[in-house]
Formats: sequence, C-alpha cells, structure tokens
Amino acid sequence: MINLEPVAAPGAPLARRNPVAKLAAAMVFTLILVATLDPVAPAVAIAVELAVLPLFGVRYRVLARRAWPLLAGAVGILVTLVLFAADRSGPVLLQAGPVLVTEGVLVTALGLVLRMLAVALPGIVVFATTDPTDLADALIQNAKAPARFAIGALAAFRMVPLLEQEWRMISMARRARGVDAGRNPVAKLRLFGSTAFTLLVGAIRRGTRLAVAMDARGFDAGTPRTVARRQRFVLADTLLIIGAALTAGAALTLSVLLGTFRPLIG
Amino acid sequence: MNHTDSNRWRTVDIVVASVIAVAFGVVFWAWGLLWSATDAAFAFFPPAQAVLYGVWLVPAVLAGLIIRKPGAALYCETVAAIISALLGSQWASIVILQGLMQGIGAELAFAAFRYRSFRLPVAALAGALTGLGAAIFDFVYWNKAYDFASYRLPYALITIVSATIVAGLGAHVLTRALANTGVLDRFPAGRDRALV
Amino acid sequence: MSGLVLRGFGWRHGGRKRWALRGVDLRVESGERVLLLGPSGAGKSTLLAALAGLLPEDSGEQEGGVEIDGLDPRKARERVGILFQDPQTQLVMARSGDDVAFGLENRGVPAGEIWPRVDEALHRVGFPYPRDRPTAALSGGEQQRLALAGTLALRPGLLLLDEPTANLDPAGAALIRQAVANALDADTTMILVEHRVTEALPLVDRVVVLEPGGGVRADGPPAAVFAAHGDALAAAGVWIPGHVAPPRHATTPPGDVLLTAERLGLPPRLASTDLRVRAGEALAVLGPNGAGKSTLALLLGGLLPPGTGTVTASAELAGRDARTPPHRWRAPALVRRIGSVFQDPEHQFVTATVRDELALGPRRTGQPETAVTATVDELLHRLRLDRLAGANPYTLSGGEARRLSVATALATAPRLLICDEPTFGQDRRTWLELVDLLAELRDAGHGLVTVTHDEDFVAALADRTLTLDRSAAGASS
Ligand SMILES: Nc1ncnc2c1ncn2[C@@H]1O[C@H](COP(=O)(O)OP(=O)(O)OP(=O)(O)O)[C@@H](O)[C@H]1O
Ligand SMILES: Nc1ncnc2c1ncn2[C@@H]1O[C@H](COP(=O)(O)OP(=O)(O)OP(=O)(O)O)[C@@H](O)[C@H]1O
Ligand SMILES: [Mg+2]
Ligand SMILES: [Mg+2]
Repeated sequence: MINLEPVAAPGAPLARRNPVAKLAAAMVFTLILVATLDPVAPAVAIAVELAVLPLFGVRYRVLARRAWPLLAGAVGILVTLVLFAADRSGPVLLQAGPVLVTEGVLVTALGLVLRMLAVALPGIVVFATTDPTDLADALIQNAKAPARFAIGALAAFRMVPLLEQEWRMISMARRARGVDAGRNPVAKLRLFGSTAFTLLVGAIRRGTRLAVAMDARGFDAGTPRTVARRQRFVLADTLLIIGAALTAGAALTLSVLLGTFRPLIG
Repeated sequence: MNHTDSNRWRTVDIVVASVIAVAFGVVFWAWGLLWSATDAAFAFFPPAQAVLYGVWLVPAVLAGLIIRKPGAALYCETVAAIISALLGSQWASIVILQGLMQGIGAELAFAAFRYRSFRLPVAALAGALTGLGAAIFDFVYWNKAYDFASYRLPYALITIVSATIVAGLGAHVLTRALANTGVLDRFPAGRDRALV
Repeated sequence: MSGLVLRGFGWRHGGRKRWALRGVDLRVESGERVLLLGPSGAGKSTLLAALAGLLPEDSGEQEGGVEIDGLDPRKARERVGILFQDPQTQLVMARSGDDVAFGLENRGVPAGEIWPRVDEALHRVGFPYPRDRPTAALSGGEQQRLALAGTLALRPGLLLLDEPTANLDPAGAALIRQAVANALDADTTMILVEHRVTEALPLVDRVVVLEPGGGVRADGPPAAVFAAHGDALAAAGVWIPGHVAPPRHATTPPGDVLLTAERLGLPPRLASTDLRVRAGEALAVLGPNGAGKSTLALLLGGLLPPGTGTVTASAELAGRDARTPPHRWRAPALVRRIGSVFQDPEHQFVTATVRDELALGPRRTGQPETAVTATVDELLHRLRLDRLAGANPYTLSGGEARRLSVATALATAPRLLICDEPTFGQDRRTWLELVDLLAELRDAGHGLVTVTHDEDFVAALADRTLTLDRSAAGASS
C-alpha cells in the first residue's frame, strides 16, 4: 500500500513552516553535508536531525517505518566496499581470498552508511510533513514555479491511489477474460509486463481526459490565475533555511577540527 | 509530421507528461524496493546492478518522444524523481538533483536535433546521454570511495549501456506500442494509424 | 445567458472514416432548456464537446460552423460549463473546496471572492460535507454533485450535462436532478443528454432528436414531438414515455442451484450476505451506491477471495474443480463456468480491436476458428457494433463500450453470468436487444445475476431480487 497522507502532528512548529522553506532547508543541509566522506560530520548531523524530529511532529516510530529500506542500502554499501574499496590503508582486520578488510575500509564504510542516513532523513521528514497541495501552492507563490506545470503535476499526483486500484482491477479483468499465468514464472513475468503496459495506457488515457476537464474549467484560459490559498514565506522560514545551513556547516567544521575531514572532490 | 507547430505546452502535454512521471514514480518506488532486495544477488559483481539502472531513465526519453516539446524530458524525469521522494524513497531529496541531471542528458539529445527528429537513433542518443548524466552524478557522488578500475569505471560504462538499451530503445518501442492503442491520438507520435 | 447556433455542423474523429455527426442545423436561444436525444452512437457526446470548445482542431475534421453568442466555442469557453458522465476524471484537487475553487482561480476571480462563491456553489448542490473533505472519500453520487458545484461556481451562461446521473442509484439521481433544477438561474441555457426521458422531462422545455446518419430528426416542445413522432422515434431507439418494454420473465421453473454464498462478506466493503443462484433464473441485485453490489459481483465471479464466509459451486458448475472455491480456479476454466461483466467497461478490454475483444474468450476456451467467427459476427450484428468491428474499444461511445463488454461475456456462454450494470447508457433498441440476449441465455438454462439500478430492467427480466443496504447490516431477499 502506498500511503500519501502527511504523518506529522499538524500543529508542530517546524511542520507548519512553508513547504518551499522546508524543501530548501533539506537541500541546503544535504548539499553542505555531502562535501565530506568522513563519519564524524554525518554522525553529528544525524544527532541533530533526531533531536529536532519532535519539532516536526514526527514520531520516531513513524520515521523508522519510512526509513527501513535504508538499512538494506547500508548492507549493500558494506558488501560493495569490502570488495571494491579504493582505500585499503590501516591494519588488516580480516583476509580471506579476495576479501581484504582493513581499518581504513571500515572507517570508509561507516562514513558512507552514516552519510546515506544523514542526507536521507531530512528528505523523509520534509515529505512526510508536507501536503502535496501546499507544496504546489508554495512552489507557485514563493518559488515562482510556473503555475500550469505545478498544478498539472499536482492533478496527476492525485492519481497515485487510483493507479494502485486500477492495477487490481486490470488483474481481475484479465482473469475474468480467461487470461492467467498459473505457476509458470515466464508467463508470470509476461503477464506482469502486459498488466503494467495496460496500466500505463490507462493512466495516459485518464490524463488526456483530465486535461480536457481542466480546460473545460478554464485551465488554459490565459487569464492570470489568482490564488485561493495563500502560502506565506515569513522570517521564520528564512531562519529555518539559515539554521539548516549553519548546522551542517558546524558539523563540517567539527570534522575539520578533529582532523577527520575527507573532501568529496579533490 | 515530426514536430508540432508551436513550442507552447498544451494542457494535455503538461498533464500527460505528469501522468507518465507519476506512473513511473510509482514504478520507481517499487523498483527501489527491488533494487535493495537485489543487493545481495549482485554482490558477486555489484557494478552489474547498473543493468537495472535503465528503467530509472525511461520517463525522460519517453516523455521526450511523446510530447516533443522543449523541456519535456527534463520536466518528466524531475517530476518522477519528486514523486518518488513524496512516496518515500530511501534516497530522499537527493533524487531530485539526480532526476535533474538525468533529465538534462535526454533533453540535450532532443535539443541537438532541434526537436524535429524522434527516430530510433535519436532515442538511443537520448538514452545514452541520460545514462551519461546519471553516471557522472553517481561517479562523483555515490561511488567516490570505490576502486576506480574495478568499480567506478565499469559501473559508469554499464550505466550508459543500460540506459541506451533500456531507456533509449525501450522508450522508442514503448512509444510505438502506445501509439497503436490510440491513447496518443492527441500527440504527433500517435497520428499515423489506419482508418476504421 | 448564452445562445448557440449550429450550421451544417459535422465532426469526424481522427482515425474514423465515418462522421460522428453531420449536417446538424440547430439554434438554441438564451434561457432555453433542451433535452438532446438520439440512439447510442448518434454523436450526442461529440456535439456537447464541440459546444464546450473541447474538440481540439488536431483531433479530427470539422464541417460547417458552430457559434456561441457569435463566437467560436474555443474562444467562448468561459461562457460554457460542462459536466461529464464520469466524475472520477473531472475532479482535479485533493480537497473538495479546492476543487470548486480551481475553476475560479483559473478565471482570475479575485481571491476575496473565491471562498464565498465556493460556499454558495456547494450549498446550491446540497453538498453535505465541509470544504476540506478529501475528494477521494466521496461516493460516486457525491463526487458528481461536487463536480456540478465546480461547474456552477463559474456561473456559465450555457450548461451542458452529459448523462450526469448514469451509475447513480435512483435516489442519488433524483438528488442531482434536484440540484440542477435549483441551481439554474432563469436565464441559464441548458442542454441535457439523457437516455431516460421520463425523469428528465421536468427539467426541460424542448426536445431535440439527433438522426444517426446526420441532421436533426425532430425538434420542439416535448409533448408535441412525442405526439407527432412517438412511434417512429421509439422504433429508432429513443426512450419515449409510456412505451413500456414487454416483460421477459422465465416461463419454466428454475433448475438446480449453481452457486451458494453463505455469510459471504468483505469488510468494510460488503457485509455478510447469503444467496443462492439457480440455473434458468435471473436474479437482480439492487441497493444504493456503496452498498457493496460490485464487490458481491466480484466475489461471486471468483475474482476476489472472500473476506468472510464461503462461495460454493455445485458439482455441475464446478466440474473437475468440485473441491476448490471459484476464486482458486484457473482462468480458462473460470470463463467457461462463470462469466463477469465489470461495472466500468473499460476495465475489461484487453485487445486493440472490437473484433479481437469478442474473439478472445471463445479462443481461450479452445473453440474452432469457424465457430469463433460465427459467434463474433452474430454478436456484432445483434448489438449493432458491426461497423465498429475494427475500432479500438477505448474510442467507443459510452453506450457502445457497455454493449461490447456485455458481449465479450456472452461470447463464451458461461453457465453462470454475472453482470454489473449491463444496461446503462443504452438507447431503447439496444436495451431491448440486450434484454433479449440475456433472456435467451437464461431460457437456455444458464444462471444470471445482474447488479443494477435500472428499474425497467428489473421489471422486464428479473425473476427474483436481492436488495443490499448500506447500513452494512446485511441483505434481505
Ligand atoms: N475519441 C474518439 N475517437 C474515435 N471515434 C470516436 C471517439 N469518440 C466517439 N467516437 C465515435 O463517434 C460516434 C459518436 O460518439 P458519441 O460518443 O458522440 O455518441 P453518443 O451519441 O454520445 O452515444 P452514447 O449514447 O452511446 O453515449 C461513435 O460511433 C463513436 O464510436
Ligand atoms: N478497491 C476498494 N478498496 C477499498 N474500498 C473499496 C474498494 N472498492 C470499493 N470500495 C468501497 O466499498 C464500498 C462498496 O463498494 P461497491 O463498489 O461494491 O458498491 P456498489 O454497491 O457497487 O456501489 P455503486 O452502486 O456505486 O456501484 C464503497 O464504500 C466503496 O467506496
Ligand atoms: Mg455519450
Ligand atoms: Mg457498483
């Protein structure tokens, strides 16, 4: 099941911030943070992220549920590094055939895993606390995104749950028409492919009709649109972005001071 | 008839490009789970995982081939990335940058032909260039810590090959198949069919 | 407050040789209320789309002229509001109030005026929820009322309604008609397309009948038109008030039980229900929107696993699979035993042409090619789809698509046929043909379950009815 509802407590002080500000803050934060490959800076960043989580009204359990695929990613990083690390300095910890694990490898792995978590969490938090309609409104009003495109994308986004339902209907319809795969895996794959294709066809067809309905209500009238829902970008929103930049900067500074800093480029 | 008379996007262009992005955003979301699940299977030679990469890049080329307007490839790939972030991708806001990089690749290919040719070689080029965009991003951002000769280079090359085949040729075949169903009647890509 | 003129108007859809409409001359004055009639496929929906300026120049070929207040309809869009049959594809936003506001924003209505106008429109159609109600949480009828509010908020001079009550239960349809009646200002022009004339008559003061070959067949005040052309129109397929359909009830007592449902349910979509279906008997399932009728149909059709209770097929129906419930049967075996017709016809199309669509089922059950061709040709002819044999199923008109989906199930002549709303959107002629086909199937000893809101259909064909109620408390026979 795909869940589209925002999961935050609506009154939480940071969840209420302008969606564009939240998105910008997350971007700034991650962009500064990715400048290094060491474990210290991301560790600090994760600590800060977890500490401000209650201000976004997100419970730790909810975050864990959304973030679990990251763990699989962490395993992948570990395996890949053990086999393909560029830096194999430091005392050897384990050697078995092609597998050579040194302290350097482990430190790099730790750095990468922490970095992945540190850059992923802000995005998860922002999207989990943002209503898509508000995001589109804010993109139009505060980030000067073209309105036709933002609204068009929003209208299409509303189809996500419909597409999920459609998938089930298509599968049932094939069965009702005498088409099934039985236990043959190749037939299963082909049926999956043809169902996915039908879904895409149906989605485009719906999109075409939706566009007609939108035009019928003046979407392409050419008159300048007015806005029914005001999105405000206030001082607190600017401060959120600055705060994100400062925090990430502080994490980097700390790592430089401790001598662990390893620049991404260079 | 290869290109539309005006470069202004009609509503149907915007909505259908967005719908393609949404459909693939859902696919990405499922694909992301699959990607993580295949980590173990690809452990013997992780760069080979990049073979699967092409699927991520299909919307860029597909939207370019169907909509045939400047910006279609870039818009669609970026929206698909945003949607997969909204659905809760494990790569979160970084995928938006990634989507931009990948979209620019395909966009350049279509722009190089001044949005007038959408035949197979152009589609393949668009696929290759999205793959290049993706490969550059990953080369610098994700794969920095890995060995150059045994990992970073093969990974980048496989990404480009995968993108050319799956995203480039695949999107071309898909566009043809879609046109045959009649859903593309409002687009130049769907115009040439027999009368009934 | 808008008038319209059509002069020799015609339209041919891209990809079609035939003109959907041709040689239509019509003049409608400001404030008139017109009921637009015509057999299925006569071009009614196409005409409304033309008036709304929604036929893009690049999607077909036009002939003659059409003007709204002297303007090209593509330039006069702000004077026209249109409501389609399917509310799902008309709603744009996630929250109800936002959706009504959408059109106002597009037209540049000052921000301060938007919400008062939204509230007024919602009030006019009797929308029962607050503005922030998610559109996805509304029933079909409620969505349709919301879509009507979104149209009315724009204060159109010309309101176009294309079968706005299809798929609604009788009470919901009455509510929509009431909402339209209340919402129209004295000077609003309206054109309504509706197959069921009787219910629509109180809303209109003029009737226009389209001739399928081209042109207008009859035009004038309802009473005059029906008095002058009643019989001829009825023969051509128009539903004329007072022309009742001949009943087709079973003449022999029903045979053995084919399928038994015991405490069958799927919470929260369907509450526990008991029923038996017999050979040679037509059972009609009735009930308000959202009662779970379609869910029941899918469960009986072996397409959904039951949430609670059981579905048991008789030995005669189940054949080799007597020990397993229908939802476990392999698909090719299922289609020969239990056929299903979905509520939304488009859900069911698998191939690219009408002919292939009809041939698919018989081929899957292994019939020889000559038999397949014979079956397909007969169905094409009887349901008046022959000239569309090569068309893509998704380009059919509403009524044509419905007939095709019923025909695909009839093609395999299953022992038990389950149809969800088989008759909606049909003109009188195709309706009678459908009733005949279903009656023949039943009289040949097959079982028939139909989910329907169509009271005429129940009166004509049903041997027994089952009514589900929304309270989720269960069913009564
Ligand atoms: N998009 C399309 N592409 C090709 N042909 C079409 C398309 N839409 C409609 N047609 C054809 O045009 C003809 C008129 O269709 P239209 O939908 O206007 O009929 P209608 O009078 O509304 O019928 P119904 O009562 O069944 O809804 C039909 O034969 C239909 O198959
Ligand atoms: N796939 C689904 N997932 C969850 N809920 C559903 C699904 N399909 C239907 N429902 C809900 O289950 C209830 C019963 O739906 P169903 O479609 O069976 O009603 P119905 O009696 O056929 O109504 P109608 O007359 O409008 O066709 C409704 O409240 C509906 O919103
Ligand atoms: Mg119609
Ligand atoms: Mg139903």
